[in-house]
Amino acid sequence: MEKNESKGLTQESHALVVEDVISRSLRWGVVISAIIIAVGLVIYLLTGDSGYPAGFFPTSIPQVLKDVVYFKSFAIIDLGLLLLIATPIFRVAASIIAFLFDGDRPYVLITTYVLAMLILSLLLGKAE
Amino acid sequence: MISLSLIVLIFISAVLAGIVGALLGLGGGIVIIPTLTLLLNIDIRYAIGASIVSVIATSSGAAAAYIRDRITNIRIGMFLEMATTTGAITGAYLGGLISPRYLYIIFAVVLGYSTLAMFKRRNQELPEGITPHPLAKKLKLEGSYYDQVLKRKVEYTSTGVYEGFGIMYGAGVISGLLGIGNGIFKVMAMDMFMKLPMKVSTATSNFMIGVTAAASAGIYFARGNIHPAIAAPVALGVVIGATLGTRLMVRLRNTTLRKIFVPVLLYVSLEMLLKGLRG
Repeated sequence: MEKNESKGLTQESHALVVEDVISRSLRWGVVISAIIIAVGLVIYLLTGDSGYPAGFFPTSIPQVLKDVVYFKSFAIIDLGLLLLIATPIFRVAASIIAFLFDGDRPYVLITTYVLAMLILSLLLGKAE
Repeated sequence: MISLSLIVLIFISAVLAGIVGALLGLGGGIVIIPTLTLLLNIDIRYAIGASIVSVIATSSGAAAAYIRDRITNIRIGMFLEMATTTGAITGAYLGGLISPRYLYIIFAVVLGYSTLAMFKRRNQELPEGITPHPLAKKLKLEGSYYDQVLKRKVEYTSTGVYEGFGIMYGAGVISGLLGIGNGIFKVMAMDMFMKLPMKVSTATSNFMIGVTAAASAGIYFARGNIHPAIAAPVALGVVIGATLGTRLMVRLRNTTLRKIFVPVLLYVSLEMLLKGLRG
């Protein structure tokens, strides 16, 4: 990363490591999902075929994954959308590692708590 | 088949939503929902799903840029996310116990009050005379960024940490219950109570809203609210809009940002009041 890595990081570059990790994980998540969504949308517009009967589209992750293999345009779009939705959650998980690397104990705990709450709310939503 | 022209129209409104969302730290739902339902006659169920996608796209797209520019305060964001995520779960349990009517009215009053407070401070570029909160130092709820307009480094710290945390918890409850007001309450808590610079408040709000939205997006997806042909142009448009919005925001004054925020705040508080009164 920085040249001064071996001499021990200054406080300024410490913060940069965390910010860099988080900024990158968000950017990659957005770019990759946008490309997949765009590919799916272009296929849908060119062929006029969603891959499903009219008024129907997949609403579960296994179904999306299964249909992506057949290049169904709506399944490709949904794969991109699901990746987009996962990006903030991935970002929280990546921050835990970044704060660990930074040796910032209070924030490792804070971020772990946030991730636990996120997972809990995802599970609660499913149970409904 | 959804026509090409409709998809293009959705895309254009999404670009606009992304710009507004990135500038003000909101999800863009206040642009997306009315445009899709009133102008383009799209089913409200799909508009809500599109709005959730818009929040996540704005948040991730804008936050990536703001963090790079060091405007987002990641620690303040993470610290406050404890309150919003806990609030969101409380909200999910409270549903059915409290009538949404009263909630709308209570929050219309809170937002109305903060509209007034922000209007009074419309000419204040940076917060002044701040006594840092004891936790501000301990948990590093402070920072600095380079302001491109003022052409200098702006140092800031936070006060009113408990009040801000409390409002964030309330914001979480509300978004868990009603699915709205995500960004607007976050900006308000950081601006009014913690007294952060406006740019830091909107950028940090942007950083946070994606997490809150992602927690509930799974439910919307499973319920079939996220229509691929509608959500796809929304996601793509918002990402482009949010990127443009971040470029614009760093060139604006904090006071300009406030002046754009005040009418939006007023509009949302009136809308909530109407919803509460109508029942």
